[in-house]
Amino acid sequence: MSADFLYAIEVLLNGLMAGVMYSLVALGFVLIFKASGVFNYAQGVMALFAALTLVGIMNGEVPFSHLINAMFGTQVHDFGWHVPALAAIGLTAVVMVFFAILVEKLILKHLIGQEPIILFMATIGLAYFMEGFGDMMWGADIKPLDVGLPKGGSIWIEENTAWLGGEGQRFFGFFIDKLDMSATLVAAILVIALTLFSQYTATGRALRAVADDHQAALSVGISLRAIWVITWSIAGFVALVAGIMWGSKSGVQFSLAFIALKALPVLMLGGFTSIPGAIVGGLIIGMGEKLFEFLAGPLIGGATENWFAYVLALIFLVFRPQGLFGERIIERV
Amino acid sequence: MKSLKIAALAAGVVALAAPAFADLVFPSMSYRTGPYAAGGIPYADGYQDYMTLINERDGGLGGEKLKVVECETGYNTQKGVECYESTKGQGALLYQPLSTGITYQLIPKVQSDQIPVLTMGYGRTSAANGAVFEYIFNFPANYWAGASGIVNHLLDINGGDIKGKSIALVYHNSAYGKEPIRTLEELSKKHGFTLTTLPVDHPGQEQKSQWLQIRRERPDYVLMWGWGVMNSVAIQEAANINFPMENFIGIWWSGSENDVRPAGAAANGYKAATFHNVGSDYPIFDDLKTYVFDKGLTAGAGDQVGTAIYNRGLYAAMMAVEGARKAQELAGHANITPQEMRDGLENLEITEALMDSLGMPNFGPSFKVSCGNHGGSGDVGIQQWDAASDTWKLISDFAPVDLEVIQPLIDADSAAYAAEAGITPRSCN
Amino acid sequence: MYYREAGDFKTSYRKDQQNFPIRFDRVHFWTMMVLAFAVIPFFINDYWANAVFVPFLIYAIATLGLNILTGYCGQVSLGSAGFMAVGAYASYKLMTSFPDLNFFVIVVLSGAITALVGTAFGLPSLRIKGFYLAVATLAAQFFLVWLFNKVPWFYNNSASGQISVPRRDMFGIAITGPEASAATKYLVCLAIVFVLGFIARNLTRGRIGRSWMAIRDMDFAAEIIGVDPLRAKLSAFAISSFFIGIAGSLFFTIYLGAVEVGEAFGIERSFLILFMVIIGGLGSIYGSFAGAAFLVLMPVLLKNALVGGLGWPSDVAAHLEFMIMGALIIFFLIVEPHGLARLWAVTKQKLRLWPFPY
Repeated sequence: MSADFLYAIEVLLNGLMAGVMYSLVALGFVLIFKASGVFNYAQGVMALFAALTLVGIMNGEVPFSHLINAMFGTQVHDFGWHVPALAAIGLTAVVMVFFAILVEKLILKHLIGQEPIILFMATIGLAYFMEGFGDMMWGADIKPLDVGLPKGGSIWIEENTAWLGGEGQRFFGFFIDKLDMSATLVAAILVIALTLFSQYTATGRALRAVADDHQAALSVGISLRAIWVITWSIAGFVALVAGIMWGSKSGVQFSLAFIALKALPVLMLGGFTSIPGAIVGGLIIGMGEKLFEFLAGPLIGGATENWFAYVLALIFLVFRPQGLFGERIIERV
Repeated sequence: MKSLKIAALAAGVVALAAPAFADLVFPSMSYRTGPYAAGGIPYADGYQDYMTLINERDGGLGGEKLKVVECETGYNTQKGVECYESTKGQGALLYQPLSTGITYQLIPKVQSDQIPVLTMGYGRTSAANGAVFEYIFNFPANYWAGASGIVNHLLDINGGDIKGKSIALVYHNSAYGKEPIRTLEELSKKHGFTLTTLPVDHPGQEQKSQWLQIRRERPDYVLMWGWGVMNSVAIQEAANINFPMENFIGIWWSGSENDVRPAGAAANGYKAATFHNVGSDYPIFDDLKTYVFDKGLTAGAGDQVGTAIYNRGLYAAMMAVEGARKAQELAGHANITPQEMRDGLENLEITEALMDSLGMPNFGPSFKVSCGNHGGSGDVGIQQWDAASDTWKLISDFAPVDLEVIQPLIDADSAAYAAEAGITPRSCN
Repeated sequence: MYYREAGDFKTSYRKDQQNFPIRFDRVHFWTMMVLAFAVIPFFINDYWANAVFVPFLIYAIATLGLNILTGYCGQVSLGSAGFMAVGAYASYKLMTSFPDLNFFVIVVLSGAITALVGTAFGLPSLRIKGFYLAVATLAAQFFLVWLFNKVPWFYNNSASGQISVPRRDMFGIAITGPEASAATKYLVCLAIVFVLGFIARNLTRGRIGRSWMAIRDMDFAAEIIGVDPLRAKLSAFAISSFFIGIAGSLFFTIYLGAVEVGEAFGIERSFLILFMVIIGGLGSIYGSFAGAAFLVLMPVLLKNALVGGLGWPSDVAAHLEFMIMGALIIFFLIVEPHGLARLWAVTKQKLRLWPFPY
């Protein structure tokens, strides 16, 4: 086989896995949108905050140390202990639950029944707040995150696929990042767990009921507010997972909040209300943008990924205005 | 804690109402927040610590205290404008904006306000032509010198011949990242290597496409003009595809500890260009400890001391102070004005002996600024990361760059600016 | 009592249709204008002009533009900064290609060029609705920024891709470039804002504005009663982009003087303008100004209060700034979800009775 063709396949595979990383962020959006109709702009910042908290706990950093030092002239930095990764993840999850309760109590409760754009705006306010809060709490420098996930290209795959190119071709075997593979695995587990949860537990059914019809759910005695806390907690947990994956890749720092921008085209393509949509949308976007960069990038100068993701979503939307898996928009006068 | 800093800031506000020219004011346009905070924090710390040292150890400069007015820009041009406008009325002597975007903004403004700007290793490269850019300085090195310095290093290790080699440039898709392209193109004609350019969009967390392309094309060398998270991701990706690290060379803004540490041992051997020395093995650090750190006057958390960018902040402050010293000498009085500061910078000469006396022997190249040359010598060294000892090492000393290629580019670009802005270059004889 | 509407009788249609039908509003509006045109220019200095007034006025134009599209016509757009970039680069190319062209002509032409681009990107709005439409405008945002960064023609082949504004004079006074005085910059922006504000106000209460609002409230229903959605939506995109293009042009020529597309016109700028619209109040001309003022002034105020007033380290202050901004946005939404404009309307209600409780 020709090397170019094989490389196209390699780009596709890597695109798929990049798509999984986008889906991880998009999942959190979908969960919250389904349950409460809130387009949660703060999802990216939540991922940043969760990852910052995780690193902070793992390294035993003193929260707000900079503020404390500035106020009292002390020189405190860390407690000097290290928490194992799993325990730290558990603790961070608890923090995210606590965060969900606060969001419900302080924000959502007061905005029941408002228009979507108002709720959207409130999450923007939340994002602003969390950006400042996270940085103030843990500092603004780049923090390496290592929870023990494997990193680097898989040599095994590389060596065992090199023969595909045949003699005389400049083909070096497929490159697959081990971190991407773990992300795919984690995403699969996450989606299965979420599906099982929503299909087979009472809370899960309540969640789906709320997603279908707020009024009807209320009338059969489901507490909307409790459901919101639960959804935001789950979304917080998904944000933590996304934060771990992206943080392991690039270190935990401010730019992590921008991954929300990568999730937007995924959401729009997949539909705001569909979990499979978030996954499939992610795969299409990841694949599409990488393939376009591979084919057209060298011709028109590269760095096309950012805008091409949106153009791709746009093309799909022109044919299906509600997204691939979105609920059909029925309009009545 | 930093009572001095608080006092300085408080004084700064009072000064807003009634400009007091009692001190020598050096605004520090820093960014301790936002996507590039990891680079901004050590620089601001180093800058401020040096100024504090001069105040504490020498009682200021010529009897005048130095005052650092810190202003947070968040690497945002709009906030940079606000910072500039709010500090210029306080008798600011010299701006060092640490952002190419803000520098471009300030270039026309400072020309009419007559306040000098020093952009060490960033900003507009053609500002090295002092005849056109009267108030802008960019010694000791600029991006084009950096590009040439790196190519010189490649020539060195290849025995002077890189004909037929392929070089890829991974760059931040912005004004900053595009700077070296023209120089590299010229150099590729001269030395016969092929150049591929790979842009990475801000912030640069996703670089899979670029690195897959590098893996496919297997260039002999990869150069990088990156900033912020883009650096650490690129180094990680290079490690992922098993690209030989010693063939991966970054500009000085891609050469900090923050960039290499996340990749761990895999980053061992990564190189970066630099225009100042590394590490904290200099007499000045003893002074800093005695007069600044032990007194609790540290600017930041104190954990950045001796890192590459901290040293750059220190070096930038040293240039500012030496410029001011020269200015006082020329003016004959201690309380200098921005215009006198400009004259001081223009007559600045950094020699081995001077650096020795400052406790910074061989900290940077020795050079001389003149009316026509605001860019210094442009000497560039190469540092290499040693992951085992967690330190940078200078592996090739500050060496001259290819001015034959760079000077015509500087002349052309500054002439274009002069024509566009309607400036008649002054005569420099 | 303080805010009086009673006793204001209209004896002709003309009077009934004027911009400020209530005398109180009219008097206050003209007092404000006299203050803005005749008093402030004498006191303004570089700091106030460059850090507060000029950005406020320019953002007010952009916010007006986006409000026409989002507030009046109901089409969500996250591409404002991209369209501002079109305005800025159009001005740059026009200024450098035709050095003798009058500055105001350049500004209007930049707006017109942006209107064309905006209309093109508005086409998908005929098919895609709601939040999904944001994708079309985001595509515009990212594509335009990429384009201006990539094609050297737009920045006249300069090495770094930065564009700097050349100096332009009018009546012998520098309007653009570093020599332009604070008062000139301020007055140029103010004059343009005044004209555009007047246009926006009268467009939105006229026939075309009503067709936009019909589309916003329900496009199907509007179509049935005879509003052409194609014309209404595309005209909203065109006029909105015209305003935003002018804002972009001024942003570059008057305010910043040198821009780099990715930094000055990034997605954050689009969000900022949308925040201004929502905080000010969707579908309100007054709200556009209030929202712009709030988001321009607040950070400057907070910074001066925290760093200047309390003497805190600038980074702690910057973090706090973010937190306070966020908290304030949430607080405002909880207290009054329909923005500052509505808050003002409520205040007016109260003032009507004040100081008597009933």
